[in-house]
Parts: sequence; C-alpha cells; structure tokens
Amino acid sequence: MSAMTMTEKILARAAGKTAVEPGDNVWVRADVLMTHDVCGPGTIGIFKREFGKQARVWDRDRVVVIPDHYIFTKDDKAHRNVDILRDFAAEQGLPHLYDVGTPRYKGVCHIALAEEGHTRPGEVLFGTDSHTCTAGAFNQFATGIGNTDAAFVMGTGKLLVKVPPTMRFVFEGEIPEFILAKDLILQIIGDIGVDGATYRAMEFAGEAVLRLSMEERMTLANMVIEAGGKNGIIACDETTRAYLRGRTTKPLMPVENDAGARFLAEKRYDARRLEPTVAKPHSPDNRALARELKDVKLTRAYIGSCTGGKITDFINAARVLKGRRVAVDTFLVPSTTDVSRGLRMETIDGRSLLDIFKDAGCQISLDASCAACLGGPRDTFGRINGPEVCISTTNRNFPGRMGAREGQVYLASPYTVAASAVTGRITDPRELLQ
Amino acid sequence: MTITGRVYVLGDNIDTDQIIPAEYLNLVPTIPEEYRKLGSYALAGLARTPDQPPFVPPGTMTTPYAIIVAGKNFGCGSSREHAPVALGAAGLQAVVAESFARIFFRNCVATGELYPCETPARLVDAFRTNDQAVLDLEASTLTHADTGTVHRLRPLGDAGPVIAAGGLFAYARQTGMIAAPPVESGGDAGPSAGPDD
Repeated sequence: MSAMTMTEKILARAAGKTAVEPGDNVWVRADVLMTHDVCGPGTIGIFKREFGKQARVWDRDRVVVIPDHYIFTKDDKAHRNVDILRDFAAEQGLPHLYDVGTPRYKGVCHIALAEEGHTRPGEVLFGTDSHTCTAGAFNQFATGIGNTDAAFVMGTGKLLVKVPPTMRFVFEGEIPEFILAKDLILQIIGDIGVDGATYRAMEFAGEAVLRLSMEERMTLANMVIEAGGKNGIIACDETTRAYLRGRTTKPLMPVENDAGARFLAEKRYDARRLEPTVAKPHSPDNRALARELKDVKLTRAYIGSCTGGKITDFINAARVLKGRRVAVDTFLVPSTTDVSRGLRMETIDGRSLLDIFKDAGCQISLDASCAACLGGPRDTFGRINGPEVCISTTNRNFPGRMGAREGQVYLASPYTVAASAVTGRITDPRELLQ
Repeated sequence: MTITGRVYVLGDNIDTDQIIPAEYLNLVPTIPEEYRKLGSYALAGLARTPDQPPFVPPGTMTTPYAIIVAGKNFGCGSSREHAPVALGAAGLQAVVAESFARIFFRNCVATGELYPCETPARLVDAFRTNDQAVLDLEASTLTHADTGTVHRLRPLGDAGPVIAAGGLFAYARQTGMIAAPPVESGGDAGPSAGPDD
C-alpha cells in the first residue's frame, strides 16, 4: 500500500478504501454538514425539490445549522431566511440549530463549530461556506461546497470528491514577538498567489505551527481558500486534544502523514525572519510589509470575522490599545457569543478587554456575527458605505467586499490593525510596542 | 451543442463578491422571483472601467451577452452558489476562462446554469466586449465570428460525464447511488450537482 498524506488518509477512510491517490474521484461519507442563513434556505429548497417534500435528512445528528451572516439587521428577507432554517430544523428534529434570539445563539459558524465540538480530527466536514476550511486546524478534512452539493449531502450523506495533492508549508524556529498567524498566511499567499493552491490541500507544519494555539491555527487554515486551496490541514497534538476536551465526547480519529507520503511541493520558512505583513487592495496576495506602508493614511479600522474576531485576536488587539487612543473609527465585532462574553471576562492588568477598548475610543458591537466582513445589508455594523480606507483583521479585500466599491481594504493581523488604528496610518506594531 | 452570441470580456481574479455582491445574498435562488432578481444583479459589484458597458443594462433583468471571456481564477472567493446562479439567471450561457476557482467551477456544473470552459491560451486580448462568438462544446472551440479565428478549449475532463448525465443528481441516479426522483418533483426538476472540480 502506498504511503498517504493526512488528507489522503481521511478521504480514504471516508470512502471505505484502503488507499486513495491525488486525482481519484471518490464518494466520501460526510461526518458533518454545516449550513447557515445565507446558503441554508437555498440548500433546503433543492433538497426538497430533489428528494421530495416528505424527505428526511440522512442523519439529523450530523446536520449543523448556524445562522450567523445577516442577523442584526432590519432586512425582512434576512429574517425570513432565518425562519426557513428554524422551520426546517423543527420539521426534521435537528438537534444542532444555534438559533437566533435563544441562549444557544453562537455567531460565526466556523468558530461556533469549533467551540461546540463539531471539528473532530480525522472526520469529514462539508459546509456551505468557503471558509469551512478553517476546521482543517483540527486535523479534519473540511471544505466549502455550494447549495446543490449540500442538498445532495443532506439527502445521501455522501459527496463525490476529487482527492487533492498536498502542498506542505513548514515553519521552523520560533515566531518572533508581535508576529501572528495572520502574518504567516499572508506571507504564504503572497508567495503562491490567489490561485497557487487551487485544487490542492495545504498542510501547515513545523515547530512554529505546533506552538500556536488552536485559535491561531484556525487563522492559518481559514485563509487557504484565499490561495484557492481545497482544504487546510494540521496534525493533531495535545493542543488540539486540550481544546476539544469538554466540547465533544465522540472518539477522535486523528491521522498523521505516512512515512514516505508524497507532497506536490514543500516550502520551508524560517519563522524568525517573519515581519508584520499586510495585503493591499484589492487582493489577498498583494503583499507588503507593514513598515513599507507608513504613508498609507487610514479612515477606519475593523477587528472581527472568522479569521480575526476570536478571543485571542481581541486579547492581542487589547495589548496594543491599552492606555492608548484610536485615531480613526475603529469597529470591533466578536465572532461568537463566547467571544462576546470573553470581552467582559478577560482582563489585562485587572482591566477587562471591553473597558480597554472603550477607553481607547473603539466602537464595539457585542452582537456576534459575520457583520461587515462581507459588507452585508446596508445597515450592517461597521459596513463600508463610502470611499473609506480600512485596515482589517478579516480575510478578503476584493473590490466592494466590505460594502462600497470605492472602499479600500488592507488585511493585517490584530496587532498591526490595532497599532494602525492608534496612529491613523499603517503601522508596524513593533514601532509602538518595542 | 453550440452557443452563439455576444461576448463580455473580463480580466483576472473576478471574485464572487463582484459577481454578486453580498448585500443581495438575502435572495434565495430556489424562489423563482428571487432567482430572477439575482440575475438582474449579476456582476453588479464589478469594478468596471469607464468604457465598459454594464453587464445587465439599467432597467432590465437580463444580459445581452451569451459568453464571458475572462482571465485566470474566475469565480474566486466565496462558495455562494448565488454567483453562477446570478449569471445564469441573467441569461449568460458560458464562461470561457484561463482557469476557474474550484468551488465556482463545481457550482456551475452542479447547478447546470453555465458551461465553465477552460482555455489553454489567454483570450482576453483576442476578444473585445460586444464581439460575436460561437462556442462549440463538442468540438471544444471558441470561434471569433467576425474574424473567423478558431480558439481551442480544454475538454471538460472529469466534469464531462456528470454534465452529460445532467448534473450530480442525475449522474448519481444513473450510477445507482440514489433512487429515482420523487413523484412530486416532476422528474426533470433541474439537474444538479457536478463532479468534484
């Protein structure tokens, strides 16, 4: 039997085969199907059309429904869409609906999946959102699919998948202070381009990666789609197990690369040489170093989303903002309700993150959601509605991504965004903190 | 099968936010009225150049263009199926690009809205918006109707058998993966899902 990568091993197991190779088309069993308020209603529509009005989902315990996109808006259709999810979950008896307006409401699906223990090593997760790849941080095969594929999974529990070859990114040495996972992934995307990993798996490895928290690993895996990647994958270790302890009781089935597993490419980085990195408008691969962009004047800053709105992201931002004032409008949106609570509970030198941000003059929404990361309805908190120049911890800076087409978005780490908010221009956080 | 009509030319990395901006994602593609509305917003987020006509003329619901000719990485970004749906609902029939983002390509085949055709050569300079073209899917060629120049396309590959079957649902039924369609859906309710990638 030929040696396999982690991704190949997960897909082989899910296909009931002893081995698979890159390029094989295989029917794989889904362990989890996730959908949300933007793609769920369309998925349900196709499911009913194709399988019949009386059809039942293949396994109600494996369907996870997380409304998170357009929640805190007056838009009628957005509310109607959440109602469609609610009615379907009731009709099907789905236990995993994290419903709006209830204590179970979570917020951004990719972080919610992890917090609620749905991201398990060795399993297969399909989700109707391109950032489903975030869960690769947990050694899960996780990838985004469209409504039609999701409807197919909903009815059959299976999907035809082409096995991707793996590109391996190894970070050696210790990551310097004020460098975060966002800097690592922006470095990689700048190197390989926005289609550099199309149809491929991206594995992150090396001592620097294994020293990262699960939240930071999620930032890495989250943005593989920004290089066109199909899935991201990281080995399971004690950090993974510790995060999942108390969140799931299901057995974990972690996989490792076989000795002799073949990689399409292997790229090695010396983590010690990394610097705060930024993606300029209007593409995540339009890379520069923060210190090269001193002359870029900003009109706003934004901290939030699945990639940049986790509790660790806010702790890092607070380290910069403590005892300082922001010079531009700075919008903060927690990804989940757990993070929202964390803003009140977590402290630095006895002061809560929330108080630190208030003292700094930030505008904070405690309503966890995707918010302005993707623009959304016009009344979305933090949405760009004019020719703003924004630095953001989010993952995409396409034209019009955060709202108005005239807007310009620079992507950066929470340290860099916070430091830039303080000075009103793009700033290397080491300038303020060292 | 051939597709004949006017061409709309775009560059590289046309992302799904440009194809259908997120503010319109409150529309549900399986609701007929909202499907048509999605079509009217196709490419509403495009960062257009001043001399480029709108894809969907103001005050109309559909596009006069049959084929998009684009560069690399067409459809990158979100997995929103609203993107191929919006283009298809507007009346577009095919996108001919140097390369596609994976999920967009799959969603094209899955929904049956569009033919995603790859071209080994860069064609964005060989066509101008409003040129007439003929896309021959069997012969895998795109012909410039004004000059007669014939451009070779890549064959559809793994997607071929699934498209030929009429989408993943039809393919899966044909291969015995799933049972016959339910009576109330009317059988030909639109094919659906494609091969991976």
